[in-house]
Amino acid sequence: MNDSVRKSIRERHLELADKLSSCFSEKDCEVISQFDEVTLIVPSEHLIEVAETLRDGEEFEFRELIDLCGVDYSDYGLSEWETTTASGTGFGRGVDPEKTSGNSQPSRFASVYHLLSMEKNIRMRVRVYLDDEQPMVESVTGIWSGADWFERESFDLYGILYNGHSDLRRILTDYGFMGHPFRKDFPLEGHVELRYDPEQKRVIYEPVTIEPRTLVPRVIREDNRYLEPDSEQQDTPDA
Amino acid sequence: MPEIRNYTLNFGPQHPAAHGVLRLVLEMDGEVIERADPHIGLLHRATEKLAESKPYLQSVPYMDRLDYMSMMCNEHAYVRAIEKLVGTKVPVRAQYIRTMFDEITRILNHLLWLGTHALDVGAMTMFLYCFREREDLMDCYEAVTGARLHAAYYRPGGVYRDLPDQMPNHEYNEFRSKADIDRMNEVRQGSLLDFISAFTDRFPGKVDEYETLLTDNRIWKQRTVGIGVVSPERAQQLGFTGPMIRGSGFAWDLRKKQTYAAYDQVEFDIPVGQNGDCYDRYLVRIEELRQSNRIVKQCVEWLRANPGPVIAEDHKIAAPSRADVRGDMESLIHHFKLFTEGFCPPAGEVYTAVEAPKGEFGCYVISDGANKPYRLKLRAPGFAHLSAMNEMVEGHMLADVVAIIGTMDIVFGEIDR
Repeated sequence: MNDSVRKSIRERHLELADKLSSCFSEKDCEVISQFDEVTLIVPSEHLIEVAETLRDGEEFEFRELIDLCGVDYSDYGLSEWETTTASGTGFGRGVDPEKTSGNSQPSRFASVYHLLSMEKNIRMRVRVYLDDEQPMVESVTGIWSGADWFERESFDLYGILYNGHSDLRRILTDYGFMGHPFRKDFPLEGHVELRYDPEQKRVIYEPVTIEPRTLVPRVIREDNRYLEPDSEQQDTPDA
Repeated sequence: MPEIRNYTLNFGPQHPAAHGVLRLVLEMDGEVIERADPHIGLLHRATEKLAESKPYLQSVPYMDRLDYMSMMCNEHAYVRAIEKLVGTKVPVRAQYIRTMFDEITRILNHLLWLGTHALDVGAMTMFLYCFREREDLMDCYEAVTGARLHAAYYRPGGVYRDLPDQMPNHEYNEFRSKADIDRMNEVRQGSLLDFISAFTDRFPGKVDEYETLLTDNRIWKQRTVGIGVVSPERAQQLGFTGPMIRGSGFAWDLRKKQTYAAYDQVEFDIPVGQNGDCYDRYLVRIEELRQSNRIVKQCVEWLRANPGPVIAEDHKIAAPSRADVRGDMESLIHHFKLFTEGFCPPAGEVYTAVEAPKGEFGCYVISDGANKPYRLKLRAPGFAHLSAMNEMVEGHMLADVVAIIGTMDIVFGEIDR
């Protein structure tokens, strides 16, 4: 893709960001532009009004919901390895279970919507931060029918409740599954494993026997190439 | 008067027309479907969660296993997301190689779709014809990566290696005559590009062959015309993309509208349907076969004329060459760091999408600056398409369910993830 096309994409995104902030600023919405993408952060109580405006408003026309997903921010910015002091204290191969704390997000859960306007040929993202204990948000199935299964998936994997969804069942996990597997406090190897028991002549569940282990520790490095804001990030490849 | 009641019918998960592990619970009024409830997740492997526990580079092979019929397109979405995060520039030759292999993948996928869809509806020959051509294309995969399906060929910053100068030949064996092997090796005497070029010359004739069997076939039309009609408004509402929305009349194709790789350098057209039924979607995909062939042809010409690097020079992201690692200390360190710890992109979130054969395959990455993605969400086109199942089959006969499953081109690797 040549540079002029890239520039026009950037301009159109900035234009959209301006429109969004002028249109939704009284609803406590926040607009973020990064990597040539526009994110609108909406308070959960205003989601339905904002979504309706985004779909039907003449300057938006986001008629298609491309994606909807849940996010669990509880481990955001945590690294398993302190790299800044490592040269003084030495490197260890083991991972410290007492993780170092990082920067925090405003809330543990979020529901993220990716919208597409075919008429305007532009994309945007909407994020709603949710309650830590009882994550619940209004369903957007009334606005975009395609949200149906995406909301079921987000409920299944993160336990986010979508108020007003007509059929909020589990979708990806097994029948009778317990817990919400994509939450950060759910271990990767799970809680139960399944095998056929020849004596009882049926399939049984047992506690997992796999030991959790970290092959590559999670490391956050302050890379000086990314420290200057918006200098190199402006030059994203063919986005 | 006899008592009339509705039946509930279990379709799958072990059913040859379910294209994998789909369990459909159908509520039937006689032969007519009143409600369909697809149960998915039987192939759920939590790819997204696995990716959270691995450095970025180690998740590339997982992408092949999502939509295992369009392997390289999935990789493309994923590596583009990483490239956007770290801001790597991809060499032009790598862009062309990616474009060419994306289109080869599209042909592979559409051939499988055509073969199995026709087989479901009752045309056995199509299956054999389509798999014959797939064989040649999988040989291209094998020549360039060593794997026939799960390629793991794309890398952040380019592709793993340049195209080989010599196409591998079949060896003589006791199962085939020498004359047979010689005939099969005839097109394999030159480079990979020569082989692909010969393929693109004969492929349009093969597509004509498929069309002779199906396009005007009375039985085929009876089974597909007017089945599973989706209006353009509904298609948008339901989140359709790719051939499914083009069949309903939207000329929407990411390769044109939000162009990436080298798609703005090649000429091709977007076929569009009118009625939004199974037959139109069939016509759209057949035309896409021809257009993909056209793109591959243009890429071959360009690649022949323009040698160059196929992966970025930035060794913080892309591995240095083997020879450098042996001789150069700095390269050795780069290699060591890349394959033990990986690279740390800046904090932020990106969404990138490619026009995969089935529709928009998107990749949403949240990074907190670590060497592993904080959250990876894969947007599978089939997921949105299958969620419209209930709406599409309502009022149709049981036999039409099979045609509608076929027309959606679903693969459970990507739907269940």
